[in-house]
Amino acid sequence: MPTLTNDMMRSIIMDHYSNPIHKHQPSGDGFIKVHMHSDNCIDDLDIFLKLYNNKVIDACFDGVACTISTASTDIMCDLLINKDFKEAKNIIKQYDNMIHEEPFDEEVLDEAIVFINTSKQAARIRCAMIGWNAADQILKGK
Amino acid sequence: MYDINKIREQFPMLKNKKMQGNKLVYLDNASTTFKPQCVIDAMNKYYLEENANSHRGDYDLLFNMDKKVNECRELVAKFVNSNQNEVVFTSGDTMSLNLIARSYGLKFLHKGDEILLSEAEHASNLLPWYEVSHLTGAVIRFIPLDKDGVLTAENLKKAISDKTKVVSVAQVSNVLGNVVDVREFARISHQNGAILVVDGAQSVPHMVVDFKNDDIDFLTFSGHKMCGPTGIGCLIGKYELLQSMDPYIVGGGMNVTFTKNIEMIPYEAPVKFEAGTLNLSGICGLKAAIEFLMDIGVENIHKHDVELCEYAISKLEKCEDVIIYNKNSKNGIVTFNKKGIFAQDEATLLNSKGIAIRSGQHCAKILNDFLGTPATCRMSTYLYTSKEDIDAFIDAVINGGDILDAYFN
Repeated sequence: MPTLTNDMMRSIIMDHYSNPIHKHQPSGDGFIKVHMHSDNCIDDLDIFLKLYNNKVIDACFDGVACTISTASTDIMCDLLINKDFKEAKNIIKQYDNMIHEEPFDEEVLDEAIVFINTSKQAARIRCAMIGWNAADQILKGK
Repeated sequence: MYDINKIREQFPMLKNKKMQGNKLVYLDNASTTFKPQCVIDAMNKYYLEENANSHRGDYDLLFNMDKKVNECRELVAKFVNSNQNEVVFTSGDTMSLNLIARSYGLKFLHKGDEILLSEAEHASNLLPWYEVSHLTGAVIRFIPLDKDGVLTAENLKKAISDKTKVVSVAQVSNVLGNVVDVREFARISHQNGAILVVDGAQSVPHMVVDFKNDDIDFLTFSGHKMCGPTGIGCLIGKYELLQSMDPYIVGGGMNVTFTKNIEMIPYEAPVKFEAGTLNLSGICGLKAAIEFLMDIGVENIHKHDVELCEYAISKLEKCEDVIIYNKNSKNGIVTFNKKGIFAQDEATLLNSKGIAIRSGQHCAKILNDFLGTPATCRMSTYLYTSKEDIDAFIDAVINGGDILDAYFN
């Protein structure tokens, strides 16, 4: 992935916030749902993953959420679909590291790199993590 | 003459404090307030020079602390116009409301009785009554707000019946800042055989509240919203009501005696509600805070809040992108949204400019259905808020730029 300028990162976030691809109720059966709400934001989301044969075969979410949580969850769905469990868990781990300013592997994060500055607004770290924590819970079978 | 500079000088948090590299503009006073040096000094003095327990002083230090607790009780009584024996020290407004619900509600309410609340209430004045409803079978009803979000006596009259035993409302809504006519509410409640509980968390710090003349049955408030410490607040209750109730918590300091026959005789009110060691440094701080407020004059503080609020609304009204939910607010609270921008995103943008406001549901989750939005931004003033603070806030709301600037600039 080419290096993104700040303007490109902004437009990626706004695009996923204004026109999220995966923000809808699941179509069909077989989805595992986790409900998430934040105690420091209004975020109130359902995250749905469909798992089959050690793989994430579909992902979506729905609910009320701010720019950061909506865009980050939408990008997460993009990244997790068609990944096997090991790859999916690694993507989540690398993203978690990035948000918490720890060393991370940029290669696997693709567009999710746009949230690299989240720690500037500490109150929004939870927003950037909310969808990802839900997916992590589902993948770990919690 | 209201000397804002002289007032501000007394607050350490207003001296050179920065947030995100900018001068701090604190506009979340409905949540909690800064403390003047005199309050901090009074609390420190307790720990540095006066440290002792209260109750039955055998030695000078303890005797002096008893005296101080009584002096604070006397001052609170003067501040809200009640009798001294009607002032119960609690940990704050929430504990006060829980105490009323548990000690009055559970004892005197029965299946089929009605509790009247409003749609604008804070969780602290809803959830204790939900518990009473679950435990007694009493029914909770909501007094509707009028089209402007105001809780009117007219709507109370429509909602109240001879089944109503408790009316419990905030004198000032923490979201919309509207003022309830509590004297009229008390008259209507009493006419129908109900008691009136007034949540004064947002009113007592900002306006003159008169417990006796308004004929309020119970009044509650927190110290930390009026320049006092956290962890201390008051319940003011009519003495005969307090006497009729059982203690909410029991333990040392609240009983005359107890025996092996599982008997206990409590003290008279208010002490029977004060089991355990009181928050003594908190009481010292609260006393200093009330003296500080009385020195400025609560009516002057109210005037100051209203002026700033009207000024902010007059400026925000000119901006087509801003929705104001309480244009007629008269209590230093302005609740708004920017069109198309999620409340939290606006609050984050203001944070990046050093401006502290609150976004969300403000613990009044039922109200959002009425407002037709999942979340709002709220700015709230207090006695030390300056016109410059409001100007900085207005400038940031109107010309603040893109919400993502908070992350990329």
